[in-house]
Formats: sequence, structure tokens, C-alpha cells
Amino acid sequence: MSVKIKVENLSKIFGHNIKSVYKKIYEGKTKDEILQETGKTVAVNDVSFQVNEGEIFVIMGLSGSGKSTLIRCLNLLTRPSKGNIYIDDENIVTYNKKELQKFRQKKMAMVFQHFGLFSHRTVIGNVEFGLEARNVHKEERYEISKKALAATGLAGWEKKMPNELSGGMQQRVGLARAIANDPDILLMDEPFGALDPLIRRDMQLELMDIQDELKKTIVFITHDINEAFKLGDRVAVMKDGRIEQIGTPEDILNDPKSNYIKSFIQDIDRSKVLQAKNIMYNPSALVSAKQGLNVAVREMKATRISSIYVVDAGKRLKGIITIEDAIQAIKEKKRIEDIISDKYCSTDEDTYVQDLISDATNAKYPIAVLDDENRLKGIISKSSVLSSLVD
Amino acid sequence: MSFKGIMSQEFPSSIRFDLGQYIENFTYWSIDTFGAVFDAVSSVLLMILLYIENFLLFMPWWMVMVIILVVGWKVLNLKSGVFFAASLFLIGSFGYWNLMMSTLSIVIAAVIVSLLLGIPIGILMAYNNTFQTIMQPILDTMQTMPSFVYLIPAMMIFGMGMVPAVFATTIYSIPPVIRLTDLAIRKVSTEMVEAALSFGASNWCVLTKVQLPQALPTIMAGINQTTMMALSMVVIASMIGVKGLGMEVLISINRMDIARGVEAGFGIVILAIIIDRLSQGIADHYKVPE
Repeated sequence: MSVKIKVENLSKIFGHNIKSVYKKIYEGKTKDEILQETGKTVAVNDVSFQVNEGEIFVIMGLSGSGKSTLIRCLNLLTRPSKGNIYIDDENIVTYNKKELQKFRQKKMAMVFQHFGLFSHRTVIGNVEFGLEARNVHKEERYEISKKALAATGLAGWEKKMPNELSGGMQQRVGLARAIANDPDILLMDEPFGALDPLIRRDMQLELMDIQDELKKTIVFITHDINEAFKLGDRVAVMKDGRIEQIGTPEDILNDPKSNYIKSFIQDIDRSKVLQAKNIMYNPSALVSAKQGLNVAVREMKATRISSIYVVDAGKRLKGIITIEDAIQAIKEKKRIEDIISDKYCSTDEDTYVQDLISDATNAKYPIAVLDDENRLKGIISKSSVLSSLVD
Repeated sequence: MSFKGIMSQEFPSSIRFDLGQYIENFTYWSIDTFGAVFDAVSSVLLMILLYIENFLLFMPWWMVMVIILVVGWKVLNLKSGVFFAASLFLIGSFGYWNLMMSTLSIVIAAVIVSLLLGIPIGILMAYNNTFQTIMQPILDTMQTMPSFVYLIPAMMIFGMGMVPAVFATTIYSIPPVIRLTDLAIRKVSTEMVEAALSFGASNWCVLTKVQLPQALPTIMAGINQTTMMALSMVVIASMIGVKGLGMEVLISINRMDIARGVEAGFGIVILAIIIDRLSQGIADHYKVPE
């Protein structure tokens, strides 16, 4: 995975005559200390991180943490006071006006919290704005914009005005406008923050679907830890202009590096964050149809389990057999294929734990976790589901 | 200095600062130095004026009425269109048709010049804080100075007649459109401007495709105000010999001619109502949804 964005020692200080502040940043002073000593506000305090191509990188923090300022530095809407930003190995801080314009037209697109739609233009007029800025021909940009609207579920709404749309739909227009430009990188500034919770959930799922298809590099800002952990491949937690910790959601859950982060993750509804793949484990025993009933019974006895999954050579799941059925079948001289049962629950790796709870409590056997080709990736027992919900 | 001297109310006559003299000298100097420039400006203004006036007087009176009826109908409603046309007819029946057209042409010329100068200045103010800081006191002065004071420099530079009238009217009526253009552009939602910039739009593109369309309703309100102020200047302008309804009012005051005063005043009021309603109606058409 290549590095798409590399931020090096980025700082943003508001106000004039800020040279005196640089020394203090170098000395590692905090935002509060600098405010007290110089009266200047440090929005971003010596931040460094990398974003890999194709990942969703979430920057999470409360108000005042500097996350909005930081994301605006990435496309130079806010000019950094100090530091370098490399995108595809080019330092965008050194760009002149023309280069910056080209860069914004081609490499990056932004989605805003309050949508940032042009209220005097139709929906499609909004979506084609980026293309218009690039002087793309009228018919071509209409076609591209139509496709982008269809991709976000708004086909048919081209000629409407933004004020005729609900909040969720307006944000879809914002999203369509961003992807119509086909940028490498999407910057999203709390894009679902102004939407109500039900719509927010829909939009999160839709974003993940779009990402599956388009595989953009996304930098996503939020203050909602559940959203951060749900969407992020990696998450950076910001406080007072500094990044406190960067890691995958599991890393942060398992190894929070400060009390601040610890108090954050207390609020996490783990069932909404953890997925099947996080809590599954390898079955202690498996049997293939070829091996036959006697082997199956022996395995079950040895590992003291009362049911066992049957797979084929490619580890594709055939079904489940119980020890009672197996012993009975041996007596009746039947084969393994005759007693294979399909009365098991299965799920895929990405299912959230909260959706497994009812299956786990009602199922007789552990839940089988399967991939697209029906291969058994792991199993989940009732106890593993319930225990994952607590620390 | 005696005690009585210090405590007296009189401002000491020995302390004199002849600001007026300095400005007068400056004015004469600039007329001498920039005479050619002023002449050029005068010719352009006169050209615009005559063009408009000829246009208005060229059309037969009933055609003007029909046009006002149709315009009023389209912009507002049929009732308004009919009312406007009927009012014009009334003024015509006072014998003031030609004078009304003369007055109207001065107002239109002044408004056109105000817009051509005012909107760009407003845009510059919106984009440059320093320029705005410089302009604010100038605009404040322009709006508080009594309107007939403008006649003095106008007369000195351009003599008497329609051109100085347009000049004075323009100075008097330009502040609203400048201020409102500045305000309207500054008030455009920051997120919208950020969005436009983030897609790599040039500053010109942001101005013409986002800020001006968003600012248009407020700018239209500025145009409406400017127009009304221009109309209010006509009576004052008549003091420097501009023929029109304003002069009729002036004469009627001088001669205590009530009949004439009522008819001429009425004419001005009718013009004011028509222009105000029409420009408001046009402004409403430009209302941008939130």
C-alpha cells in the first residue's frame, strides 16, 4: 500500500506576528500554555501522520481539537503556518496559484458538514460545478454528473433546486459533486454531523458501499467515536491540536494510550463497532466428508464437542453433524453425507456483532463465518458474542 | 489674557484655519489641471443623457403608456400595470409629459452611471479590507452631506445644465449600491465559497458563479435605493437650471403657484411610485432560495 498523503510537522497558528510561537511549538508546549504565554491560538500543534492509498483515515476529536483546521490545510483552504504536506510525494505547500488550482481540480474534492451547496443552482448545476471549473464541455459534464447522481441514489432529481431536498439528500448531492470530479482523495468534514441519526446510519452504509466500488483515499472528520470506529480503517484521535494516538479501531480499543482516549472509548457501543471477523476463532475440530463418520466421532470425543462442521477439500462448508446422529449413523451403517444437517446459522466476516446477538442466543450450534465462496473462516460461539460486549 | 478673556464664550478670532480657502484653491487648481478630463467626462455624460432623453421622447406618448402597462403587468400584476399607465396619463393631462420624460432621463442616466461605478467599487471593498476601511468614512460623508451641497462642485466643474445635475445626483445616490454590494458579497455563506475554491475555481469564477448570483437580491435592493435617491435629487438639481418637474416645483414655490406645485409634485410622486414598485418587483424575481 503506497502512501498517498504525508503530513510532516504541520502547525497552524491564528493571528499576526506568530514567529514567537514557533519556538514554543518546537519546545513542545501545549495549546493552553502557548495561549497563556503569547495570547495566540494554536489550532494545529506540530502534527505528523500518513494516509495510505485506498484507506478511510478518520480524524476524530471534540470541538476545538483542531480537526477542522487540519483538514482544511490538506487542500490549503487554510494556509499552514509551518510544516509540509506531501501528496503523491509533491509538497503542496510550495504550490503557486496555478498549481494549487490544478491540484484542487484533479486530486482532491471536499464534502462539507452543512453541505455547501449553491442554492441558486439546480442539483445537477451543483454536481457539475467542479467539472465546469475545469472547463469540461457542457454535454460531457452533464453526462458525468448524471452518473454521479445515480451513484448516490438521486437519479431523477437533476432539475430540482437544493432547497427542495431533505438534509440527507442534500448531502448526497454534495457527495455526488465530489465524486463527479473523480478525485484521488476525498476530504469529508463531519459530513453526516448535520443529519438525524437514522439518515446518518444510511449515509454511513452508503459511503462504505461507494468506497467498496471506487476505492478512494478518504480523510474523514468526526467527533462521534462510534462513527469513527465504524468507518475508519485507521483512526487518529486529536486533542488540543495534537494527535494523541493513531491506529486501527482494534488497536485503540485494546491499547488506549492515554486517559483521554480511555474515557472516549468508554462510550463505545462495542456491538456496533466489532464485527464477526474480530471475534471469530478457529474451530477446535473440523472434518471433511472424505474422512468419514468414525474419524468425525473420534474428533468430537477428543475435543469434547457435541457437534462438528463438515467441509470439503477447499474448506467450503458442507454442513454440520452432531455426535448423536453420527453414532446412530455408524450403527445403521450410513455415511456422513446422509446425516449432514443445514440447521446451522451462518454469517459473513463484516457483520456487526449487534446483528449477531439474536442468532447467538437462539442458535444450537456456534455460528459459522463464511466468505463469498462459502469457505469457513471461523466460528463464533454464544459466549464469544456476549463476552465481546464487555471490556 | 485676562480672566474675563479666558472665560468668555467667544471663540478667539485670532485663531483661524481657512480650510474653505484651501479647498477652494484646490478646486480651482484641479479645474485648471484636469480641465480636459472633466470635459471628456462631461461629453460622455451628455451623450448618455441625450441618448436616453431622445429615446424617451421619440416614442409616442401612448406607446410609452402601453410599455409601462406591459412591464408593470409582467413584473407585478395587471392591476399595477394599469395603475401605472393611468397615472402617467394623468400627468400627461397636466401638460407635463415632456418635462416628465426629461426628469426621467436624468434619473436613468444617474442610475446607470451609479451602477457602472458603484458595483465594481462594492466588489473591491468586499475583497479588500483596507479599501473598505478607507471607503467607509467617505461613504458616510457622502450620505450625510446635504444633497444641494453637491451642486457646488458640480456647477464649478461642469457649469449649469443637465450634466452637472447628473453628476451631483450620481454622487448623492451612489452610496447605497456600493454599501449593499459590499455587504451582500461578504455575507455569502463561507461554506459555499470554500466549496467553490476547493474544486479549484479561480477567484473570478467564484465571484461570477457563486458570489454575485448569491448577492444579487441584496444588490437589487441597493439599486432600488439608489434609484429612489436619484429621484429625490431632481428638485434640488433644478436649482442649477435643469428643466423638468423639479424646476416646475421650484418655480411654483417662488411664485406661490399652488396649482402648478400640486401638479408638478404629483408628477414626481407618481414617478417615484412607479420606479420603486418596478425595481422592487424586479428585485423579488431574483430572490434566491436559502
